[in-house]
Amino acid sequence: MALDENKRQYISQRGGKTYFMLGDEACAYGAIYAGCDFFAGYPITPASEVAELIAEELPKAGGICIQMEDELASMAAIIGAAWTGARSMTATSGPGFSLMQENIGYGIMTETPCVIVNVQRSGPSTGQATKPAQGDVLQARWGTHGDHNIIALAPNSAQECFDLVQECFELADTYRTPVILLMDGEVGHIRESVVMPELSAVKHTSRKIAERTEDVFGGQELIPGMIHYGEGMNVHVTGSTHLASGMRDVTTPHVHDELIKRIYSKIDSNRENIVRVETDLNPDGKARVGVISYGASARPARGAVKLARAKGKNVDFLRLITIWPFAKKQVAEFSKELDIILVPEMNLGQMSREIERFVDSDVVTVPRIGGVPHSVDEIYRVIMGVV
Amino acid sequence: MKTEMRFVAFGGQGIVLAGVILGEAAIADSNNAVQTQSYGPESRGGAAKSEVIISNDDIDYPMVVEADCLVALSQPGYDKYAAEVKPGGTLIVDQDLVDAGTPPEGRAFYSLPFAKTADRLGNRIVTNIVVLGSVCSITGVVSENNLAAAVESNVPEKFRELNQTAFSEGFKLGAEAVKLKAAGEK
Repeated sequence: MALDENKRQYISQRGGKTYFMLGDEACAYGAIYAGCDFFAGYPITPASEVAELIAEELPKAGGICIQMEDELASMAAIIGAAWTGARSMTATSGPGFSLMQENIGYGIMTETPCVIVNVQRSGPSTGQATKPAQGDVLQARWGTHGDHNIIALAPNSAQECFDLVQECFELADTYRTPVILLMDGEVGHIRESVVMPELSAVKHTSRKIAERTEDVFGGQELIPGMIHYGEGMNVHVTGSTHLASGMRDVTTPHVHDELIKRIYSKIDSNRENIVRVETDLNPDGKARVGVISYGASARPARGAVKLARAKGKNVDFLRLITIWPFAKKQVAEFSKELDIILVPEMNLGQMSREIERFVDSDVVTVPRIGGVPHSVDEIYRVIMGVV
Repeated sequence: MKTEMRFVAFGGQGIVLAGVILGEAAIADSNNAVQTQSYGPESRGGAAKSEVIISNDDIDYPMVVEADCLVALSQPGYDKYAAEVKPGGTLIVDQDLVDAGTPPEGRAFYSLPFAKTADRLGNRIVTNIVVLGSVCSITGVVSENNLAAAVESNVPEKFRELNQTAFSEGFKLGAEAVKLKAAGEK
């Protein structure tokens, strides 16, 4: 989407500078850089600062921010907004993310581009409301019912909150699907330097528009164009199984089969275009031990790898930037020479299980719950125990 | 070179903002800085902690492991964290809010009238800025110019002058304490 004049002006006034800000705030600014026109949300620790900043700043950039009555309505509102042509976003944490699951499914089924930010906190239920966790990794993948695919990215710094939320908007429009920015309370509440680039460095993909209502949900296209509400085209949008025209057909087996396989496949067949990882392979010789981590956990994990190398140990490191779809090819490649892979994560081993499915190495989870992230030393001791 | 700073107080004493301002000054000095905080659900009165790590290298772990400097404005905060300051580090407390007993050995110890200074200036709310002034002159962890600028950009316009005065009073307070200590050690 081309940025409108309001947003161009907003970015021109603020771009090209370094700021000291919260990951949550960086996420909010990143959304404005991405051309977000509409935000609907309900406050919840540790995601409230996203909404707070959006409420203050988005109107200045010509956008709309609404505090909804709850998270169900927030999710519904951003889907509706997307169908009017807006780039839309909500932000929440565990309990709110649970409430959004039904409408996330609706967003997937209706192929609605939108961005859901989940600043993960310690659960289940109200859990440790003010403490960080990474317990929603599998919920992001499978939280809503039925066969589906999802895209989710996990930033590990305030800068990445700013950068990756923009990528989420791009992916949402490219693949016409809800995209989740899976932050955690640690990166949401970390304050560090964030470079906001100048306007000239901001690039956006345009949303594809269909020419006829008959093609809005398929036709010949793997990823069909949309038709926005208010343009007089009478497009029909439903969460029930539908034909390419959007009209319901919930009884014909092949209609459902083709629809769901296409929706699934538009992410699955583009896995290599979507997935990003960052690797830091041992510079002096082959390692037999590797560490895979993501989000805030990747910081102490990386620190521990550096410390082990300083003691002469060979250790490889991989950070998942894209959480879903899973980086199966990259992880399989990374694991080839490794006997053992350690997976520090702030849960009891959610990503470890996924990694296990694609590697021959032993996968050992390094879990951490309780609201305090792993220390460098803690992960270092685990590494030293196995090399 | 990495410096780990920890501020502890009751909620409402302004140490989160103090940490933010210190971090902002550090990046203006062209260092990396990370600020984190932890506090209870109440906005005032609960235990609050604000940490700043300043380094010329990447900061992998965003929290304090072993503090180079502890600034305590509350008794429970001091009692909990005083022993975790690294040898050769610095403890800075408010003389009227913290009874330090026998401070841990091998660390520089400063007990200064931050809240009292703020009261004298007419508003206890600037205690945190008095503290920042002293932290600057005692530790030198950030430059005075950039810290003063960061104070200015983070306070409301109509309290700017009060905060500027609080900062320079705090700076003097710390500088004099350092001088006294050096004289005492000779």
